[in-house]
Amino acid sequence: MSALLDGLSWVCLLAGGAFCVVGAVGMLRMPDLFTRMHAASVVDTLGAGLILFGLLLQAPSWQVGAKLAVIMVLLVFTSPAATHALAKAAVARGLKPQLDKTGDESSSS
Amino acid sequence: MFAAATLALLATLTLVLVRALAGPTVFDRVLAGNTIGTVAVLLLAVIGFLGGRPDFLDLAIVYALLNVIATIAILKFFEFGSLGDPEEPEEQD
Repeated sequence: MSALLDGLSWVCLLAGGAFCVVGAVGMLRMPDLFTRMHAASVVDTLGAGLILFGLLLQAPSWQVGAKLAVIMVLLVFTSPAATHALAKAAVARGLKPQLDKTGDESSSS
Repeated sequence: MFAAATLALLATLTLVLVRALAGPTVFDRVLAGNTIGTVAVLLLAVIGFLGGRPDFLDLAIVYALLNVIATIAILKFFEFGSLGDPEEPEEQD
């Protein structure tokens, strides 16, 4: 039974780490802010979720598992709110998403 | 197992740090700061398990809360130009 748990947490931790790295690479390669936010949310959701779930399987006692569950719930509620606030602030300061393929920062409205 | 996750998180941290330094607009840096906060929470949790110290998870919970509050405060400053003047009443725009 514990071998199954170890194997599953191995897979979850490695997959979570991989998603974190993929999200970070996406943040570097995306052309403008709003697509980078899309890539950053990969780190917040899948990367964090899989890693915390992998740790949840290895939790020695129920208290540690409860703390991990609290962190997961916190991340589920707060990271979308922060990302929304970031998008609102960026649009309020006049940063328009780059819609056409010309690659210039300020797309013609 | 935890070491592999730690290495992946450290790689993520350096990549996001590059975005924080290179980010043209200030909002790229705020986004990178937010992601660095999330990765720091994950690092705290994984290193807590690596070292067999379950009390690191309390630090991770506090850090996750602080990260969001800091991001919202920075965004309020950059969106409205100031964090609000306590003397004059909040004007209804």
